[in-house]
Amino acid sequence: MFLEVNELTVDFHTEDGVVHAVDRLSFQVERGTTLGIVGESGSGKSVTNLAVLGLHNPETAKISGSIAFDGQELIGASRSSMEKLRGDRIAMIFQDPLTSLSPFHTIGAQIAEVYRKHKGVSRSSARDRAIEMLDRVGIPQPKLRVDDYPHQFSGGMRQRAMIAMALVCDPGLLIADEPTTALDVTVQAQILDLLSELQEQSGTAIVLITHDLGVVANTAHNVLVMYAGRAVERGTTHEVLREPRHPYTWGLLGSMPSLRRPVDLPLAPVRGTPPSLIHLPSGCPFHPRCDYLKLLGKEVCAGDRPELSPEHGHGDACYLTLKQKAELRERPVEETK
Amino acid sequence: MLRFLTRRVIGAAVILVIISGVTFFLFFVIPADPARLACGKVCPPETLAQARHNLGLDHPVAVQFVSWLGGIFVGRDYPGLGNCPAPCLGYSFVNRAPVFETIIDRLPVTIALTIGASVIFLTFGVATGIIAALRQGKALDKIASISSLVGASMQIYFVGTLAMYFFVYQAHIFPQPKYIPITEDPVGWFNGLLLPWIVLAIIFTANYTRMTRSTMVENLSEDYVRTARAKGMSGRSVVMRFALRGTLTPIITIFGVDLGQLIGGAIITETTFGLQGIGRLSVRAVDYSDLPTLMATVLVAAGAIVGMNIVVDALYAVIDPRVRLS
Ligand SMILES: Nc1ncnc2c1ncn2[C@@H]1O[C@H](COP(=O)(O)OP(=O)(O)OP(=O)(O)O)[C@@H](O)[C@H]1O
Ligand code: SF4
Ligand SMILES: [Mg+2]
Repeated sequence: MFLEVNELTVDFHTEDGVVHAVDRLSFQVERGTTLGIVGESGSGKSVTNLAVLGLHNPETAKISGSIAFDGQELIGASRSSMEKLRGDRIAMIFQDPLTSLSPFHTIGAQIAEVYRKHKGVSRSSARDRAIEMLDRVGIPQPKLRVDDYPHQFSGGMRQRAMIAMALVCDPGLLIADEPTTALDVTVQAQILDLLSELQEQSGTAIVLITHDLGVVANTAHNVLVMYAGRAVERGTTHEVLREPRHPYTWGLLGSMPSLRRPVDLPLAPVRGTPPSLIHLPSGCPFHPRCDYLKLLGKEVCAGDRPELSPEHGHGDACYLTLKQKAELRERPVEETK
Repeated sequence: MLRFLTRRVIGAAVILVIISGVTFFLFFVIPADPARLACGKVCPPETLAQARHNLGLDHPVAVQFVSWLGGIFVGRDYPGLGNCPAPCLGYSFVNRAPVFETIIDRLPVTIALTIGASVIFLTFGVATGIIAALRQGKALDKIASISSLVGASMQIYFVGTLAMYFFVYQAHIFPQPKYIPITEDPVGWFNGLLLPWIVLAIIFTANYTRMTRSTMVENLSEDYVRTARAKGMSGRSVVMRFALRGTLTPIITIFGVDLGQLIGGAIITETTFGLQGIGRLSVRAVDYSDLPTLMATVLVAAGAIVGMNIVVDALYAVIDPRVRLS
């Protein structure tokens, strides 16, 4: 397996208490495939991926478990070996391309810098490479635009430049943290197409973080649904979107236009609010918001923590039986309330 | 850029003319008669009238101002006193010399004082600010913030007088501050100014420590700094090339203000250390009702502040490409 995360736990020690941002999370990504990670705000998507890159402050973040990248263990790896890996073999792009690019350096300089750092080439060949990358991500007139500053680019072009910068060293793994959230819809689609296209060319594995199951439907091979720092459902995109098993996934799908709901039903975000990560609910972390708690009783849902099952393939963490899940998901949400 | 600078320089010139005008008219209504001073102790009415005429004081104030202004560009002739070549800022009958000569004589003292101190407080302030930011909450950070609080609450005359008393008069560690032109004796120049530099630095460093620390802390959590780390940049280059870059703008802003203040407000520093710069010159000019000299020192102070503003604005554009292009 190319990226194998096992029982990853990230705790932040803050003044208010220990924030359990990621709790025994496991997932895998195969070469050349895309894993979509979805979940509400605060579900630990970014924290998980920053842990993969080793970007957490070691003084506040306590990280345990295992992150194996191409056979190499990343948790506890030395700073210099992480610096070698970042930007070269694992790259990341962020949500807001304007604030994520340095306003003080030209686009070209920012791309060339990564290439020079990792490949040790001359300034001029790094610059040529930057131009080539800008061309590859579809920036018109790359020879001219290479000397522009980020604020001279449009939002979509900035994200293209970010992608060029992330892919300049041909990384094996690209982590894209909500790469399209800050962009308007048509540009979103272009950026996602670009990512898929580049993936086909170079076989890069992609972790695509998003709020939006629609984005996942179009681009991801596999899906991981996160809730309160835990995996609540995982499977292939087809499995999770066609036969979702976890009530939280139903909620997420219900909050999306067109996929499952009749168009005339109003969109509703998942009812209730995300739990405190300092005082997590016992048992199933979703139970305070779950409509199906009454079918099983609070003793069950708030008792022991449900684990992802089955261990491989399409799995979810909920005590309902597969039969119950199959029946319930066919009913519109309104009926069960 | 060039257009921007030209526009700013013209604007500055207009401001300076307005300041001169206002000062000129203010001094004109002060009940001090330069002619009487020029004329001497025993002053018969005819001589007084003659002096008045020679100084051009028998003209209406507006005409006087225009001739004063004109003198800056083409020079002036004072009958019976001598020629005052351009740039003529007036003729001081106290010093019996064109004002400009005295200014040129005194300005190096003020400038040396200012620049020497700036080098020290900029270096120390920024360095301690960076260190404090990188060690948030640690002992060094706390020492830096406490000492910067102490420093910021100090006054030049207080620290300066104490330093003079202990280090010069009691312990004889430093020589009595004095100005020796650098061209004559570089070592003497350095030694003579070292104590004032250090005292100024103690007071000003605090500002820079605080400013650098706080903007640095802010910048270290900027998205683009995270990006730099995500691309594998080493910790040092992330700090120096990315985080520090963003602190330059606020540092230059306060530095511009401080420089203008150091030159424009040199009175206290120079009086404390007994140095004969522009500040002391203005005090003496007040004592002797030497209006032309006083005028010139006001102009130098205003010029320093206005000039620093232009330099700061130009530097903004150099530092931040977003400013450059808009
Ligand atoms: N450095 C930190 N110190 C303390 N708590 C943190 C820290 N970083 C993240 N958290 C907390 O961890 C939780 C998960 O955050 P994370 O950024 O991973 O959410 P996310 O799923 O990416 O959400 P979003 O969709 O809004 O980006 C949040 O509650 C956040 O407040
Ligand atoms: S375990 Fe219980 S509370 Fe949790 S999702 Fe399943 S039914 Fe809902
Ligand atoms: Mg996030």
